[in-house]
Amino acid sequence: MERVIVSMQDPDMGMKMRNQRLLITVIPHAMTGRDIVDWLIQKYTITEEEALHIGNFLVKYGYIYPLKEPRNLCLKQDETPYRFQTPYYWTSTRWPASELDYAIYLAKKNIRKQGELIEYEKECYNALHKRINHTWDFVVMQAREQLRASKQRRKADRIVLECQEQAYWLINRPPVSRYSDVMLYMWCLPLKNKLCMFVWVCSFVKYCEQYQDHDPIMQGCLPSNPWITDDIMYWNMNSETVTMPTKLRVERWSFSFMELLNDPLGRKELLTYLEKEFSAENLCFWQACEEVRHGEASKIAAKVDEVYKQFLAPGASRWVNIDSKTMEKTLEGIKHPHRFVLDDAQMHIYFLMKKDSYPRYLKSELYKNLLAKAIVPQETKKSVFPFMRRQRHSSPSPALVTQTAEDNGKAKPSAAKANAGTASQI
Amino acid sequence: MCDQTFVAITFGPCDSCSQNKPLMNIYLQNEPVNYCSLCVELMACQGLAKGETVSTLRAESENLKAKLEEERAKLHDVELHQVAEKVETLGQFVIKTRRTLKGHGNKVLCMDWCRDKRRMVSSSQVIMRSAAVCVLQEHAVTMPCTWVMACAYAPSGCVIACGGLDNKCSVYPLSLDKNENLAAKKKSVAMHTNYLSACSFTNSDMQLLTSSGDGTCALWDVESGQLLQSFHGHSADVLSLDLAPSETGNTFVSGGCDKKANVWDMRSGQNIQSFETHESDINSVKYYPSGDAFATGSDDATCRLYDLRADREVAIYSKESIIFGASSVDFSLSGRLLFAGYNDYNINVWDVLKGTRVAILFGHENRVSTVRVSPDGTAFCSGSWDNTLDFNPV
Repeated sequence: MERVIVSMQDPDMGMKMRNQRLLITVIPHAMTGRDIVDWLIQKYTITEEEALHIGNFLVKYGYIYPLKEPRNLCLKQDETPYRFQTPYYWTSTRWPASELDYAIYLAKKNIRKQGELIEYEKECYNALHKRINHTWDFVVMQAREQLRASKQRRKADRIVLECQEQAYWLINRPPVSRYSDVMLYMWCLPLKNKLCMFVWVCSFVKYCEQYQDHDPIMQGCLPSNPWITDDIMYWNMNSETVTMPTKLRVERWSFSFMELLNDPLGRKELLTYLEKEFSAENLCFWQACEEVRHGEASKIAAKVDEVYKQFLAPGASRWVNIDSKTMEKTLEGIKHPHRFVLDDAQMHIYFLMKKDSYPRYLKSELYKNLLAKAIVPQETKKSVFPFMRRQRHSSPSPALVTQTAEDNGKAKPSAAKANAGTASQI
Repeated sequence: MCDQTFVAITFGPCDSCSQNKPLMNIYLQNEPVNYCSLCVELMACQGLAKGETVSTLRAESENLKAKLEEERAKLHDVELHQVAEKVETLGQFVIKTRRTLKGHGNKVLCMDWCRDKRRMVSSSQVIMRSAAVCVLQEHAVTMPCTWVMACAYAPSGCVIACGGLDNKCSVYPLSLDKNENLAAKKKSVAMHTNYLSACSFTNSDMQLLTSSGDGTCALWDVESGQLLQSFHGHSADVLSLDLAPSETGNTFVSGGCDKKANVWDMRSGQNIQSFETHESDINSVKYYPSGDAFATGSDDATCRLYDLRADREVAIYSKESIIFGASSVDFSLSGRLLFAGYNDYNINVWDVLKGTRVAILFGHENRVSTVRVSPDGTAFCSGSWDNTLDFNPV
């Protein structure tokens, strides 16, 4: 990029410069957007589109900055004035923009304009004040010194310098709120480690709590644990093909997208919902990709071909919406199909469903109705054949067994052996 | 012409440390100077005037860095049981054996549950049996080798894989016809150069993951018997493996006699993470239900929990009174309980979060070789060298 810039500034073959009037001061060496594009077209014999494209990059990387709307970092092919950025501020020559520099810049701006920092700049300023507080004396001192030195320059120069500095910082500290998170990330490294560890370790506690009600060993299960009562109603109620699922099961779908997909009934429900939203092809595509990944090696080529015809070919009946980069890569890979050729596309669609369709499904009427109608099984009553069974109770929550009933957790091996004969009975 | 209204040196010798670096133009006591960024930072932090030696500053910064590392190491000590202090303590557990299967004539070495939650396959020194515990059928297949050390049920429930000292893993289709000679339909899939220690189907009936005494794990295509991927990295026998329950479904963990537990990427064959804190052979590995961690049972009489994101061990489950190795571990459905079978014939039930033992189960007359919780979490089954399998719901 710098070669282009240098040749642009060539006094003979370079850009045509004009003087620009900013209020009452004249700023020399300005050029219009149109001139830039024209020069690029002429010098490199390229199309207008390409010239605009290159020009945009020059602006985005800070080699040229706009004068009228400094925050809008793009090249406009009209009379909008631009200037070259001084090499001092080029990204290649300059040291990495540090917190200290930015703090000095903001302090200068604050002093100069007396609190006219815009919103995100104010936030950054306060954050920096907290973070590098130990250097704040230096920051303020430097800001004052630099301002004082600049006052000794001509007004035009001063304005130019201000513009340059402002442009530099707009490139390096874009006003996106996410950046402050990145800054926080980089500066709070020791703190981050501890926070992260804490978060990760807490996740186990959260997971256990979330699933506790679903863990038959912890909470017992309704109607009863089949292993204890020999009553398989629990399994029947939770089988794959049941018409009305239990409440616990439907609740579990809301824990994570994976839970919903892993349950065949959940998957069916999701498909119904997606059909209403006209995005059912996403789930079908995902399922087809799973089959490719886990299926027989000999059938991969055929399956991939089918997936292509159904989901990826232009004009396909169930075309899935993948971003162009992934689509290109996938189509290229399909020419030599292997087991993982659809992985990128599958991942894309999976996360699309997870972030978009899944939360909406959980909020939908379909899900809420199902949850309301879902069964809460009753505890089974005592068996008709009491003499064949031991003391029976339908799986009480073992964690709450009181002291009188327990016997220190030791199993009763004799009782177990006596039951060996019932092993093969229903 | 570009704007260069003042002369600015951007690269050269720093006025303070004299090294050639990118320079900043700053003002000190009303005079412009050129410092490199490190010197500026140091000066800013110490509030120095121009002229103070940088070497003392450097020494101090090294000191600070060392202290930071120390603090960081200390901060790493966020242990699971500390975080779980506020969690309700579990009461004492009453766990009773409900069923015992005595059909094996030899030591039970391995078992696996079917996804339908009520059938299981178990293997022993000679025989591999599949028993449907709540349903009336049983099959027994005699294997042409001793010590069938690994067995697994396929997700569809129609096929079983097993192997052992014959260095192979064979696949048997199940049928409802009791009289069918299953041995005739056997299909050899995996071939290793040493005994087969563990096997598991991936998400479908078509792929089989095996681990072997030759120190490798391998992924096989069942239909053709072709080796799809091999995993090298253990320096001794691999004793156990487990597949991750993650959304992308691409990783698995293996534990071996080299005291290491390795996490592998199935697609590339790469060893992604490695954990080496055990003091002896790792006999068993099992993922935590969320897929973010896994537990190991080892001959050093401890079980440990490793967090994959933090990349370190977060809990140890051990007691001074336990001196025999743990041969097999498994989690309950919520991950709150860890069932571990030991060579002292007992099963210890640990509270995963608090690190304490909540129950001991006696009932076997020889070492416990395998412990598996049923897929819906209603019961767990333990197999032992006393030739029995015990089913224990609560």
